[in-house]
Amino acid sequence: MANERHTLTALVDNEAGVLARVVGLFSGRGYNIESLTVGEVDPAERTSRITVVTSGPPAVIEQIEAQLKRLVPVHAVTNWTFATDGVEREMALVKVAGADRTEAKQTAAKLGARVLDDRGQATVFELTDAPANIGSFIEAMRPLGLCDVSRTGVAAISRDPG
Amino acid sequence: MSESGTLAAKAKQDTVSLTGAEIVVRALKDQGVTHIFGYPGGAVLPIYDALFADNGITHVLVRHEQGATHAAEGYARSTGKPGVVLVTSGPGATNAVTGLTDALMDSIPLVVLTGQVATHLIGTDAFQEADTVGITRACTKHNWLVRDANDLSRTLHEAFQIATTGRPGPVVIDIPKDVQFKTGEYLTPDQIRHRTFKPKTEPETASVLRAVEMMAAAKRPIFYTGGGLINSGPQASAALRELAALTGFPVTSTLMGLGAFPASSPQWLGMLGMHGTYEANHAMHDCDLMVCLGARFDDRCTGRIDKFSPASKKIHLDIDASQINKVVRVDLGIVADAGKTIAEMVKLWKAKEKKPDAAALKDWWAQIDRWRARRSLAYEASDALIKPQYAIDRLYALTRGRDVYITTEVGQHQMWAAQRFKFEEPNRWMTSGGLGTMGYGLPAAVGVQMAHRDALVIDIAGEASVQMTMQEMSTAMQYNLPIKIFILNNEYMGMVRQWQQLLHGGRYSHSYSEALPDFVKMAEAFGCLGLRASKPSELDAKIMEMIDSPKPVLFDCRVDATENCYPMIPSGAAHNEMILSALSDASVSDEGKMLV
Ligand SMILES: Cc1ncc(C[n+]2csc(CCOP(=O)(O)OP(=O)(O)O)c2C)c(N)n1
Ligand SMILES: [Mg+2]
Repeated sequence: MANERHTLTALVDNEAGVLARVVGLFSGRGYNIESLTVGEVDPAERTSRITVVTSGPPAVIEQIEAQLKRLVPVHAVTNWTFATDGVEREMALVKVAGADRTEAKQTAAKLGARVLDDRGQATVFELTDAPANIGSFIEAMRPLGLCDVSRTGVAAISRDPG
Repeated sequence: MSESGTLAAKAKQDTVSLTGAEIVVRALKDQGVTHIFGYPGGAVLPIYDALFADNGITHVLVRHEQGATHAAEGYARSTGKPGVVLVTSGPGATNAVTGLTDALMDSIPLVVLTGQVATHLIGTDAFQEADTVGITRACTKHNWLVRDANDLSRTLHEAFQIATTGRPGPVVIDIPKDVQFKTGEYLTPDQIRHRTFKPKTEPETASVLRAVEMMAAAKRPIFYTGGGLINSGPQASAALRELAALTGFPVTSTLMGLGAFPASSPQWLGMLGMHGTYEANHAMHDCDLMVCLGARFDDRCTGRIDKFSPASKKIHLDIDASQINKVVRVDLGIVADAGKTIAEMVKLWKAKEKKPDAAALKDWWAQIDRWRARRSLAYEASDALIKPQYAIDRLYALTRGRDVYITTEVGQHQMWAAQRFKFEEPNRWMTSGGLGTMGYGLPAAVGVQMAHRDALVIDIAGEASVQMTMQEMSTAMQYNLPIKIFILNNEYMGMVRQWQQLLHGGRYSHSYSEALPDFVKMAEAFGCLGLRASKPSELDAKIMEMIDSPKPVLFDCRVDATENCYPMIPSGAAHNEMILSALSDASVSDEGKMLV
């Protein structure tokens, strides 16, 4: 069966070792992690959201979800891939160097990136977008003096009010 | 006020301040713990001090921390209660890892307390420091490092809840030494409720109804049962018996589930899997409805997965949702407690006045009887040598009418015991299934006997396995535990030798023990009774001497060294490709040799 790319989020208790449990589950059972993002959701409730982009055949994705739900500090697991009510975003910092960075700046402006820093011999662009668009942006910068990239990984959330 | 608010307010009024060590002992008692298996060391001395001051809990001093974990497993498996272990930091904790992994694989509830270096020393490579929660994260259901004495009672109570509910399993609580000394507030179990952990136990009626409809329509059905029925409690076994009586369906079981269904029943097909009976495996292969109750389609049970029971619809009942569709796609998954669900099946079967397809079932049983006629457990008898199968048969016959519990080590002897010792009740059979841990049986017998002082507790052992945890004979002596270690001594790691014979061209690489201890003298050195039998003619009398002895006994039963365990599904083969007796290398594919 062909591999599919899925974005999963787990709402977890923000306690010691919870990230190690999630990551250990993936490495221990041989699942892929393409991107991983963690952040606190509610300090009062002590919850965090872990967003994982993973790939695998459908049966493996199903197992990943089931195995995540087994972890004691995990409250809920959501698979956003086929959900129409979810949105996902990623942020990237992209550095371009060279004497003339005019073309890079023009392309960046067209693709919705903004200049975060522009001193000396390098420009740092910031882009927040769907992960695929971040990839296209990086590819566009490659021939224009791309020298470094830092990506945050994906964050996902539902659109509905609940 | 919210529910948690009320609980917190109530907690405020009722708390008492105790030291961390006192909290541990108090929490254990409030959880109904009567026995713990442990071994002291620097990082748990405050807890040992608290135990010294309190005689409400019996502490069993083992000889190795692995022994403590297996003893606790035997205790848990035979009583249905959690097993509790107390060990020190560093080597104490690392020695417990095998038992934790064993308990995780076989879903045995264990609460393991480990000492840790003082909080200010954590991360400094202090003496006997190990990252216990890091090391045990992958071999526990959950674990905790408790840094504040005020969190201790909550953590301990949660630990018991998590170990014993849902799919049971081992948990570790790592307690730094300073936390054991500091004072904290003690909360009782009823003041604690875990935030997220709420396993689902009730089945949905619609699913159970669909299962019942599928059962009523089946022409070649089989119940494939497992260790989940034992974990669910005796009511699950009772419900299975009723459902089997109502439907008339054949029943097989995994290694872990033996005893849930009585072996004396005409509906019993024996164990399935790699060393299961011909009739059980063929019925699994040819059935049109497989009702899997508390088993998990382990590779030892399924054989080659792409040829696994190709024509059947499958129902899978498991309390752990992640097991459904893990290795085998099923037509109906039910996530719930086995006992409750099977009782509901019985209820609905009766309420809907379901009847099995009698004509189809008659043909099915006729087919099963033809498979049975192959007598797949038969072996060649001998007057000169004790055949291991004969030894198990005699042990079984001579222990009838007694209150018997059996533990095993791992190897051929384990499989012969599983095939031939007939269990009528749950909780009577303790074996290492998922992990296959040599050295499990002797300490497990210690744990069983601790819980059942007057029972006849026998470890059916191999001479290689038993040397892995032999030192627990000393524990048995200390606590007057008359366990019987019945060694089928074939001088080989027999199971390894069998594989080398079948798969590796008879190259017996390092599977023969050139030097074995004199087990009789060894028994005597421990203060136990040592017995030896080498001829079939002397076996019965020696077994009776073993049974009648009030002491722990080490029985050196010299058996035919080259006997193989059959039937066998070779690796990479399907249920209907069993080897019955004559051996042939050609029957194992190269692909099969890659599998373990
Ligand atoms: C701790 C451990 N190490 C290695 C093995 C691999 N192994 C499986 S069975 C076996 C041989 C067991 O020999 P023995 O206890 O004499 O039993 P027999 O098969 O001869 O009855 C070995 C080495 C294991 N299961 N457990
Ligand atoms: Mg042996």
